[in-house]
Amino acid sequence: MRQLRDQHGPLMFHQSGGCCDGSSPMCYLEGEFRTGKSDVLLEALKIDGVPEPITFWMSASQFELWKHTHLTVDVVRGRGSGFSLEAPEGVRFLIRSRLLTEQELAELS
Amino acid sequence: MTVYSAPGTDGAIVNYESRYDHFIGGEYVPPAKGQYFANPSPVTGEDFCEVARGTAEDVEKALDAAHGAADAWGRTSTAERANILNKIADRMEANLEKLAVAEAWENGKPVRETLAADIPLAIDHFRYFAGAIRAQEGTAGEIDDDTVAYHFHEPLGVVAQIIPWNFPILMAVWKLAPALAAGNAVVLKPAEQTPASIHYLVSLIADLIPPGVLNIVNGFGVEAGKPLASSNRVAKVAFTGETTTGRLIMQYASENLIPVTLELGGKSPNIFFEDVSRLDDDFYDKSLEGFSMFALNQGEVCTCPSRALIQQSIYSDFLGAGVKRVENLKQGNPLDTDTQVGAQASNDQLEKILSYLDIGRQEGAKVLTGGARADLGGNLSGGYYVQPTIFQGNNTMRIFQEEIFGPVVSVTSFDDYADAIKIANDTLYGLGAGVWTRDINTAYRAGRAIKAGRVWTNSYHLYPAHAAFGGYKQSGIGRENHKMMLDHYQQTKNLLVSYSPKAMGFF
Repeated sequence: MRQLRDQHGPLMFHQSGGCCDGSSPMCYLEGEFRTGKSDVLLEALKIDGVPEPITFWMSASQFELWKHTHLTVDVVRGRGSGFSLEAPEGVRFLIRSRLLTEQELAELS
Repeated sequence: MTVYSAPGTDGAIVNYESRYDHFIGGEYVPPAKGQYFANPSPVTGEDFCEVARGTAEDVEKALDAAHGAADAWGRTSTAERANILNKIADRMEANLEKLAVAEAWENGKPVRETLAADIPLAIDHFRYFAGAIRAQEGTAGEIDDDTVAYHFHEPLGVVAQIIPWNFPILMAVWKLAPALAAGNAVVLKPAEQTPASIHYLVSLIADLIPPGVLNIVNGFGVEAGKPLASSNRVAKVAFTGETTTGRLIMQYASENLIPVTLELGGKSPNIFFEDVSRLDDDFYDKSLEGFSMFALNQGEVCTCPSRALIQQSIYSDFLGAGVKRVENLKQGNPLDTDTQVGAQASNDQLEKILSYLDIGRQEGAKVLTGGARADLGGNLSGGYYVQPTIFQGNNTMRIFQEEIFGPVVSVTSFDDYADAIKIANDTLYGLGAGVWTRDINTAYRAGRAIKAGRVWTNSYHLYPAHAAFGGYKQSGIGRENHKMMLDHYQQTKNLLVSYSPKAMGFF
């Protein structure tokens, strides 16, 4: 994220759905992807060495189906597709998921 | 049984060039920035060629060539364009086996599929649109005794097409055939995971197409796809992929006030009503094949029947037979004509599928077969193989709600017709569906009740030209694979003509 921030500027994620590269978190310049009433801001990620938080968005309808899971943005070797910024670096952001614990669910509710 | 030699090795029937530039204005043009990226085969994970890493400068050059060619191409007679499409089809047919091997090597899919489906369908697609454009005609509306409204079809001009990696040649042809038939010039960007096979196709057909009518710019989405999709020099964008990029392309299109067609995938239900098990006959066998269709193309199909809904009364027996059927699928070297399940198209795709196998288990879904990466040994160990996997669970689990795009089916039961339709429609998507029953009334009612653009009825994964293909809900906009796609590549020109010599009388 530090590398991409240095190269491009402030960043955001929007979680994709559907086929091909669906399920991938797409990384864009902040504001490149227009979010609106149909989206949910899950988190503003704070990363050492990145001056501003990186927002992570998902469509509200998809969030309804994902909200019981904890998401980790990982990175793997790969080619990517779509217009995500990391693809030319030979890597791909990947979501790893686990179930939220009962305590986490209670805190979020 | 035949095992084809890998391209670039002794005995190969087809070879790739070591490098591919952009195809612009009828010739190969190096990328402006001089950069290339390596292209691995998913069969072994090893690089087999390098491909131009395009940027906005290359896109502009391709748009220049397309604009230079569009007017003349748009004025050619439909007979002339249809003849060219038919010649392309003939050339492909004469080289079918080579194209099939090239495609299997590029994508990792079994050559038995490219021989029997991908390439024959692509050939037929050109012929279909050659026929459709010849038969298309405008209309003449008689407004009143003196006034006639003529409607003509005119090409849009220069269009952008962004192609997915799951059927690199066939998906390109689904978009190219109607666009070229309608008289448009095209700038096409192949997927960066599968950038080369389209260039092998071009090597066979380039002499048939006027320079500038077809232009191919390779590269990464953010560097080449984005400048193309956001260009104010294209009249339309066609995209197949996923929802976030689909929305982004619509946002760019809104800035330029141009139309888009989008095909964004699904989570297709495959419904088995209890009467399929009434007899142990050909139809029962066919329905078990239908269940197994989730493994076709390693599940990398937008309409993968990745949710199987089986009526409770036959659930155990039918599912047991389905598991047995799937366990008999032959996974192996994609270049072996006996292989039924090949490699996933890329490493990141493999990783994504494995992440779903993980969350599926965590959510409590039971693995009935498969459930892991497959190591096929030898030089295939570096390839991207996943065991065909059957999960048993319920429709609220994420593996039931998201397109895994792997050889993975999530199975659940339903009580009755109403329950089946409720579960089938409980999804964000609506691209494909399957209905299996011996009762024509159930088949008809279920087909109409499912909110999806294509409902295969007692069949699955057929993609003939002349059957419209496209999505409801978040699965996209537009219908490919049918003559109605011509409308998505044409303007309507209305000439409103008065044959009265008299003034209207207003002034």
